[in-house]
Amino acid sequence: MSTRTLPLLFINLGGEMLYILDQRLRAQNIPADKAKKVMNDIITTMFNKKFLEELFKPQELYSKKALRTVFDRLAHASIMRLNQASMDKLYDLMTMAFKYQVLLCPRPKDILLVSFNHMDAIRDFVKDTPSILSQVDETNKQLVEIYTPLSGGEFQLIRQTLLIFFQDMHIRVSIFLKDKVQNSNGRFVLPTSGPVPYGTHTPGLIRMFSCSGEEVRRMQFRDGGNYCGALREGSFEMYGDRVIKLGTNMYSVSRPVETHMSGTSKNSSQHTKVNTTPNPLAKEELNLLARLMGGLEVQKSANTDSGFRVNLFATDEEEETNRPMQSWLRSWGSLERWENLPPVPAARVTTSWP
Amino acid sequence: MSKMYHKEKSIQLKSSASALYNNLSVLRIAPRCLTYFTVVHANVVNMVSASWDGLNYSHRQLQSKEGNVATSSSLIMQAAWCVLPSRDLLVLTSQKGIQMYESDGSIMVYWHALDTPETPTAKAVFARGIAAVREKYICVGVSSGSVLVFDVPSKGSNITLSEVLEEHKEAITDMASECSGNLECIADLVSADDSGLLCVWKSGEDFQLLNKIPGFDTSCSSVKLWKGTVIAGYGTGQIRLYEGVTGILLAEVNAHARWIYSLDIAPFTGLLISAAEDSWVRVWHLSLTPETNSVEIEHMYNECVTDTQICGARFCDGDGYAFAVTGYDLSEIIRYTQA
Repeated sequence: MSTRTLPLLFINLGGEMLYILDQRLRAQNIPADKAKKVMNDIITTMFNKKFLEELFKPQELYSKKALRTVFDRLAHASIMRLNQASMDKLYDLMTMAFKYQVLLCPRPKDILLVSFNHMDAIRDFVKDTPSILSQVDETNKQLVEIYTPLSGGEFQLIRQTLLIFFQDMHIRVSIFLKDKVQNSNGRFVLPTSGPVPYGTHTPGLIRMFSCSGEEVRRMQFRDGGNYCGALREGSFEMYGDRVIKLGTNMYSVSRPVETHMSGTSKNSSQHTKVNTTPNPLAKEELNLLARLMGGLEVQKSANTDSGFRVNLFATDEEEETNRPMQSWLRSWGSLERWENLPPVPAARVTTSWP
Repeated sequence: MSKMYHKEKSIQLKSSASALYNNLSVLRIAPRCLTYFTVVHANVVNMVSASWDGLNYSHRQLQSKEGNVATSSSLIMQAAWCVLPSRDLLVLTSQKGIQMYESDGSIMVYWHALDTPETPTAKAVFARGIAAVREKYICVGVSSGSVLVFDVPSKGSNITLSEVLEEHKEAITDMASECSGNLECIADLVSADDSGLLCVWKSGEDFQLLNKIPGFDTSCSSVKLWKGTVIAGYGTGQIRLYEGVTGILLAEVNAHARWIYSLDIAPFTGLLISAAEDSWVRVWHLSLTPETNSVEIEHMYNECVTDTQICGARFCDGDGYAFAVTGYDLSEIIRYTQA
């Protein structure tokens, strides 16, 4: 569908990945200089000029498999090492977070504001490193140039393309369940309350006109929701108040760390089906971006110790840096798995998510 | 106050509905006491045939045609039945072109390939917007803004492209033909695009443009034409009613809090159904007074499909006695009938 979707998908997923890694690095008390190096290395790779040139070319969305490979390579573009299970969980969390943001965007165009939220945060991660900062700024400029002229309809096409990519993914995420933005069946809560999108009127008014254009009748109907007027529009410039909170970092330092992932919802036949049909071009797409990503040299300092492991999704108390593999696996096994829970009726209107 | 409609047993689908405009089509086959439904999932169309006694369901899946190059799967934008006096055809519009099948999906009778560029361009290429017009035309919209008019014989596969209408500059979103059955109506077809522009046409050997009703900076995602009145649903959640030939605005409703995805009319009663990303399905009643060229629109009913962004809503019969709804990521067709 839309040939302009891939850059937004990549940048937003990348942004979520950085939020999670940043939080885990801090939670596991990785020394600040090492943590910073990990973040800088990944961000440098993410915004590599040649890579982005390829990314921004009009093209169809990658398959799930191909995109996953790109992120596998990106996650390993530093001295940090993630095992397969951690990588799986990281990717699941990234994708469910962005799916949530796409679904809850008030207007399709707000996906760009969500992207800017991610970019603003990434800029903040590297604000002390001018060389990387300029790469990020360059990309931000490109986003503004390419996307701000697009119409609402074109953004809706981008959104629809993204929603097809995320179709049937219902992985339950603790942080979402806790915040009651996701139901226990893995589906997100869509509030019927709160501010309407910018440019939309609150439902209720019916106006009828005569042939000469005069309003002859005005009526109200009960819309059943609890909507209020739109917030002001967020800024689409390089810098500015985005207003929308979707796409900002939801992993604050003080949050409880229990982020164990659960299995898919009971209706497993609806789980993400990876397209396995033989596709000569799939090998191509898998290689091009992934090759560009994997081929990038990461500057390693002369006195580098061997890469350290970051363990994702285990509680603070159970983790310390450089834990041997066996105990890590043991701790992982002790976490509760949410498999095949009986379906619970989805909650009605709960809280509105800013 | 008793509810106007109540929920019936849902129909299960083989795969979930994709977030596409007007993603539900219904064909009522009275002689066989069957209703057919289609719902698009990415590159597949799910067809379900449901017997009226609720006892028999059968499923079929149609794939989009790839064209002759092994590129990434062509996504389907829309599937809809076209009811012509002599035959019913099922039309699929995708990124590669337009497929037409016999109404039960058993045989493909026609394929029209779109001009897809070698390397992808910034503007996507696809077909979207389907309408059967008068006795023998099927009109299909294209992302360039063109409307393709196909001439359909009463049987066989000798379908030909008769005309290309070039009035829209933005991608066609939806199209609708006059559904009141009144042959005296001048306007036969309305086409809508991403800028909100509505074009009203009279069919014939050469289609004639009767009017261009400008948009207001927002996409019109769903459109209907009933007794010469254009009913349009917009991305802002508004529904507007225009007199088709003159373009006069008759009514404006702040109907939904999010993008409208689907509108349908029950031609015998003037019931209108609207559905949007805001989870609400709303039923309205339209009454037209031709003498004063005015319209009355009255709100009748609300249904909230919890935690669902609705992508399709259709009446299952000409009176609006029953309606069906699809939602993004939902693997069922939810049905309601009047209490």
